This record gives sequence, structure tokens and C-alpha cells, in this order.
Amino acid sequence: MKRITGLTLLHVCLLAGACFAAKVIPEPAKPGEELARMPDVSGRYGGHLTIGERSEPKTLNPVTSTDAVSREVIGRLMGDLIDINRSSQQTEPALAKSWKISSDGRTFTLQLRKGIRFSDGVPFDADDVVFSFGVYMDEAVDSPQRDLLIIDGKPIAVSKVDQYTVRFVLPRPYAAAERLFDGLAMLPKHLLEKPYREGHFAQAWSLNVQASEIAGLGPFRLKEYVPGQRIVVERNPFYWKVDKENQRLPYLDELVFLSVGTEDAQVMRFEAGETDIVSRLSAENYNLLAREKVRNALQLADMGPSLEFNFLVFNLNDLGGKKLDEVAGKQIWFRDLKFRQAISAAVDRDSIVSLVYGARGTALWGNVGPGNKLWINQAIPHPTRSIERARELLKSAGYGWNSTGQLLDPRGQPVEFSIMTSSSNSQRMKMATLIQDDLAHLGMQVHIVPLEFRAVVDRIFQSFDYDAAIMALGGGDADPNPEMNVWAYAGTSHLWHLGETKPATDWERELDQLMQQQMVTLDYAQRKKLYDRAQQLIAENLPFIFLGTPNILASANSRVGNFHPAVLDPYTLWNADQLYVRGPAMENAGIR
Amino acid sequence: MRSKTAILIAALAGVHIILLFAGFIAPYDAATQYRELPYAPPTRLHFKDASGFHLRPFVYASKLVLDGDQAGTYQEDRTHAYPVQFLLYGSSYRLLGLHGASLHLFGVVEPAKILILGTDGYGRDEFSRVLFGGQISVAAGLTATLIALLAGGILGSIAGYYGRWIDESLMGVTELFLSLPWLYFLLGVRAFLPLHLSALRTFFLLTSVIGLIGWARPARLVRGIVLSSRNRNYVLAARGFGASDFYILRRHIMPQTFGVLLTQAALLVPQYIAAEVTLSFFGLGVSEPVPSWGNMLSALQQYSVLVSYGWLLAPAGALIITSVLYGYLADTLHSG
Repeated sequence: MKRITGLTLLHVCLLAGACFAAKVIPEPAKPGEELARMPDVSGRYGGHLTIGERSEPKTLNPVTSTDAVSREVIGRLMGDLIDINRSSQQTEPALAKSWKISSDGRTFTLQLRKGIRFSDGVPFDADDVVFSFGVYMDEAVDSPQRDLLIIDGKPIAVSKVDQYTVRFVLPRPYAAAERLFDGLAMLPKHLLEKPYREGHFAQAWSLNVQASEIAGLGPFRLKEYVPGQRIVVERNPFYWKVDKENQRLPYLDELVFLSVGTEDAQVMRFEAGETDIVSRLSAENYNLLAREKVRNALQLADMGPSLEFNFLVFNLNDLGGKKLDEVAGKQIWFRDLKFRQAISAAVDRDSIVSLVYGARGTALWGNVGPGNKLWINQAIPHPTRSIERARELLKSAGYGWNSTGQLLDPRGQPVEFSIMTSSSNSQRMKMATLIQDDLAHLGMQVHIVPLEFRAVVDRIFQSFDYDAAIMALGGGDADPNPEMNVWAYAGTSHLWHLGETKPATDWERELDQLMQQQMVTLDYAQRKKLYDRAQQLIAENLPFIFLGTPNILASANSRVGNFHPAVLDPYTLWNADQLYVRGPAMENAGIR
Repeated sequence: MRSKTAILIAALAGVHIILLFAGFIAPYDAATQYRELPYAPPTRLHFKDASGFHLRPFVYASKLVLDGDQAGTYQEDRTHAYPVQFLLYGSSYRLLGLHGASLHLFGVVEPAKILILGTDGYGRDEFSRVLFGGQISVAAGLTATLIALLAGGILGSIAGYYGRWIDESLMGVTELFLSLPWLYFLLGVRAFLPLHLSALRTFFLLTSVIGLIGWARPARLVRGIVLSSRNRNYVLAARGFGASDFYILRRHIMPQTFGVLLTQAALLVPQYIAAEVTLSFFGLGVSEPVPSWGNMLSALQQYSVLVSYGWLLAPAGALIITSVLYGYLADTLHSG
């Protein structure tokens, strides 16, 4: 009996092995194929890695996707012309092997790699590039990336010079324009032209797309999608990068994305060994894994401060026409710079770092943190927390205290407001509770209003029905340009005062001018000077009360090779083409 | 049987007295954040040091030490011992909600802390918070029960005494209320209330809503008793002598319902405490920094907290003890 069982098991294993053996073998290099050689990369072929995502991707369409999970999956399937190396934060050639910038900084000429192919084997050339940019800039497609490509209301002119040369002409000089190309997936014209011409591009490449109908230039291609459970991507046999031994990347046969729900579920699955990599960890979960590290060999990575900034924002919106008298009454305090300075002085940022980030974070007094070494203005002062200074500031602005210690404004009204925050974000909830206690020392009555994230966003961007909120921004790129929409007065993320038709204050006007200027300044030193002044204006006028930034924390189990997380998104999977499975490749296809 | 009931009542009274005098018994204020002591484990009481055994226990001051890759650990500073002191002055509180006071049952001299149940993520003393939080949670349970019994008693008596269409329509309404999935109903009701209310207002809204939903069961029970006793001879006799409805209800019928109402109370109190805990756990009840057993437990929704800091389960322990005591009480009242 026993023997039979053993035999049956062996058969099952063989069968499973046979099923799994249908894996894709890398194509041998063709003559004339201009592959990118990674001189420092080595690894071994085989195996798969599993990643737990907080939700399912919403779409596989790189042009219309907006959510982080979709972008994380799509990023593995697609390639861009010029890439920002997540490790060095510098641009490097990708599908374009080289580029030239004209002396006036307006014309970019890109040389594409010759002979490379999409994941379905169809060759890639300038026609695909021209087509892709046409789609991104088409108003009807409504891509979130469109804003970046429209400069001064004019689109970038894209033209084909020959089969492997493309020219981009910008309406005006644009600083660090080559960074714009990062993350813009090059689309296969042969697959997408039809839906685009027929006007239903947005519906193309939804999650239930057939694997044969989607192709890209990334290291992987779609294999299968099981609704509610997982999405499996397999090796792109035509991928255009090779390692130092000229072996075609990627090393992995497959990458499996599971949808697990929450950060806690991500950590639990990871602890149980069901997933191999976990990123964007909170300090508490990171410390939990650190304690377990002794038992389970894990690779833990604390990459230092992220580029995200968390802040407290007061509602300074123009409420004319909205029936929000109560909020409007409080805006008299919020508009007072001294009031905001007093709050900034009273907030105990060190406690936020130690209690919210478990000491794995950095306090912030401006929008640029130490994670952004190239652009931080080191001259921004870091005043220590002082309740006395806060009280003096309030006193000089005409505030006073009654016998029970309650703060009264110059009209004699007690100062009482609410801080809104996303209830699912335990870190921001904690910040709110700490700030509530800090401000109680000033005699302010603060209520915490935890709301669902969508409701928070709706109140900030649409209804303006809130007093103050804790939010976070940034983290996209180590360059000032992505922040244009925050600091330009008409920007879409000008959170404290949305929809300004002209700058409401002098400093907002200056800030706007500085940001517009730095965008057309090509020289780094000059640009840095402008951005330094912008940071100074922001720190002095406190449209946001900056709180802190968490460290980028990630972990992988010990069998993951080439695990090098970065502080830029996507933190752990940016080098998915180089990740490999250490030791004898385990091909347990049944277990996942 | 008698003695068991007595013990139960004494234990329950003990729990309530402890909660009533939370300010005196708790060594610290519930909202004060000792930010240098997040997630500190319970303080160890020592009896022995280098010089030998001491009858009076003492503690050492603890400090969080961060070490590289590991999360911080707490280490005792053994250079100075702080004996536990009784009846000393500390943070101020209001005794029974009225009288300002600052005398505490026990404590230690700063900078040492006596943290019987450790601290939460903000460095607030968990033991003090369990006591102050218990005040809120148990008071919510008691108030809601009172409201439910009052409403249920009155409406049940009216239905039972007057009968006919009054009875039918009222009992129809109780059926509606009995079939409500009350937790979801409460969550729904809370969602319609304004979002930022002071802790006190939330508390009263919450208890009235909980109580008003719960009137149906006591109303049915009371109605049954009233119905059966309104045709008893002594009632008919009283009516024959010209007694008013109100007099008959008050003098002859209501007293019959006391036993049932008491048992109901013992059943409902823990149920309503749990209702408050549930709502606060989901962030719909009493809000920070005021503690309640529910909002204290909500910290454990985070996996890392749940598996790392066992002492934060203390409010659940307190809730279980209270509920079990009430449950036994209901049992003995019912059978005795």
C-alpha cells in the first residue's frame, strides 16, 4: 500500500513537473539585435517568485491605469525609452540606446535599439514610439500622464526620422526632460492601433485580456489571470537585456502576484513563506520581521528616508458659494501665519518619528527630506519643539487663554477644530493622536475624525468640508518637476487652496514663478538655487505643517537573489528582470 | 445558593467600586502620553536586591534602548531602586466626577513608573486606561440597560394592561425591533450622526441608541406578566373599590415585574457593554484620547501589535470578567 502511494506521488510530481516544463525558454540572440548588457548582473535561471499585493490590479492598460498595484504589475510587462535607475536615481538608456539634446534644450533625438522585439515576437521600431506618444497625448484617451507631456498648453511634437530614430521637439526648454520618458510604456502599434482608431482604447487590455492580445517590452509577459486570486506573468523570451555572461534576462520563469487584501495580510503571508518579497512595510511590521529574522532567514532592507512627505494641511480654500459657515469661521485662524507657526512649533516631530515610525523615519520641516540628496535645501532650519514659543506666537497674534486654560481667539471664541485622516492608515491616525495631545498643551481642542480614504479625498478635493487633514505627497521622483502640480497656484494638488484663479498671496505668486522658472532652467546649479528658494518660501509660510517621512522598509526571503530595494517607487520590483532564485531551483508548481 | 449569590454580588460590586474610584486607584492619568515609553511591558515588581529581601516591593526605572536591526528593548536601570508607595499625590482627577483630587492609592516617585499592565503605543499607562475606560464602557452598559428597561417596562405595561389594538400594535413594533440585526443597525445609525462630536455627546448618543433598540424584549416579558395579573382577584378588587389605572399599575402590577426586570438587567448589561466595545472598536464610538475598552482594543487590529504586545489585551480580560460575573448573576437570579 505504502509503495503504491509513493509511486502515485512520484507520478503526480512528474506530471506537475511536465506541466510546469511548458515554461518559456529565452530566445537566442539574433545577429544585429542591439541588446543592453548589464555588466554587473549575474544570477541563475529558473523558479518563480510570489508577491502579495494589497489589492487586485484594476487594469493592465499602461496608459489609463492610476492605482499603485496596477502600475506595479504593468511595469513588469512594459518598457520605456529612457529609464530612471532606481538605485542611482539617474537616467539611463533603455529602449533608446542614446539621445542627443540640441543646444537650445528643446529638441531631443533618440536612437532606438535595433532588432529588438515585443514579447509576442513582433519587431519594435519608431512607428511604435510615434503611435505611443500619440495615444498618451490624445485628450480623448484621458491618460494621467498627459499633463506631463503638454507643456504650456502645447503638446510635444514627436516625429519619425528613420526606422530607428525619433525626434521630440518641446514647445520650450524643459529641465531634466529626459526624466519624462521614464515609466511611459511603449505600446505595440500592431495590437493597439485597432482599438485606438475605433475609439475604445480605454477598454483595451482590461484584466480579462487574452494573453495573446497583450505584448510589451518588459521582462515579463502575461500568462494567466485568475479573478480574485492571482495574476501570473512569465518570462518574455525576447527581452532586450542580457547579464554579464550575455545570458538573456530575466532569470525568473514566472512572477506571481497574489491579491491578499491588507498590509497585515501581506506580512502574514510573507511570514508563512507563501510570498517571497514584501515592500512598503510599516516600521512595526518591519520590527516584527526583524525579531523573527533569527528564526527564518530573511533579508531585511532599511533603505533610509523615502521621498514622501506627511503633513498637516489646513483648509484655506475659498468657500464662497459653499454652505460651510462653520469652517469659514475657523479659516480666520488657519489663514493667520502666526497660528500655523505656533502649531508647527508645538508639534513634537521627534515623537512622531519614534512612536509612529519606530525610529525608522525622519522629521521634516520642509517638503524635501534627506532622502533626496540632490535637491534638499540644507539651510532650512530645524527648530526644536517649543510650547513656549508657540504660546508667544499665539499671544502676539492676539490670542489668549481663559481660566481653564482654553485658547481663545482675538474675538473671544474658543479654538476648536477637527483633524481628518484616513481610518485605514494607522500611521496617520497615530500622528493625529499625537498632534491632538501636543495642541492640547496650547489649549486647543482638537477632534480626530477618521474617515474612509475616499471620503477624505472627496472632502479635500471636492466638497472642502473639513478643517484640517493629515495627508502625504511626493515619492514619485527625485526631481522638482513632479511637484509642479502642488506648488504652482493653479496646480491640481495645490491642496490647501485649490482652484485659485490668481495667487492668493504674494509668497504663492513668488513660489509659482520660481517653480515655473526652474522648469525651464537647464543648468543644475541655477535650478537648485531656484528650488532652494522655493523650499525656503514653503518652510516659512507653512501651507503645510510638515511632519515626517518614513524610511523605505522591505524584506525578501533568503532565496531571492539580487534583492536591491530602492527609495523610489517601485521599491522592490524595479529590477525584477535581475531577481533570481538562489539554490536549486524549486519547481513546486502545485504549491502556490 | 444564597451565599453564592452574595459572593457574586460582592464581586460585581467590587468591580463597580473599583471603576467608580478609578481616579484614586489608577496611578496615572488616562490621557497623559509618556512618549519615551511606547509599548513598555508591565513593570516588574522586585523584592530582592543586592542587600537582600525587602518586604516593601520596589521597581527600577526602565529605558528604551534601540539596537541596530532589532526593535528597541526595555532595560532596567538597576542603580536606583524606587519603593512602591501608598497614598501619595500625583496627577489630578475628579473623584466621582465631582470632587477634584490628586491622591492615589499607590505609585512610585518619578522618574520610575509603575506600569502594572504596561503602556500602549503612545506610552499611556494601560492599567489606568483599563480603569478609566471601564468607567465609560460599564457606564454605557448600565445607562443603556436603564433606558431599555424603562422604555420596555412602560410600553410593556401599557400593552399588557390595556390590551386590544394598543397591545397588538405595540407588540408588532417589538417584533420589528427583535428582528433587527442590531449591530449592523447601530453601525448604520452611527454613520448618520455627525462625525466630530465630543466624547461626552458621543457617549450619550451611543447609549440612548443602544438602549432604545433594546426595549423590545423586556417589553414583551413585562407585557406577559401584566396580562396575566390584570385579571387577578386583587386587581379586580382594587378596581371595584374605584382605584385608578395608574394606581393599580403602580401598586399591584408593576411590583410583579421586578424580578423579571432584574434578571433582564443582568443579561442586558454585559450585552450592552459589548455593544459599546464593538462600536468603539470600529472607531464609531468614544474617540481618542478618552479611553473605552473598545477603542483601546482597536489598537490590536494591527497584526504587529496583536502578536507583539500581549498586555494590550487587558481590556478584553476586563470585559470577559465583567460579562462572566453578570452572566452568573443572571443565572442565579433566574434559578433562585
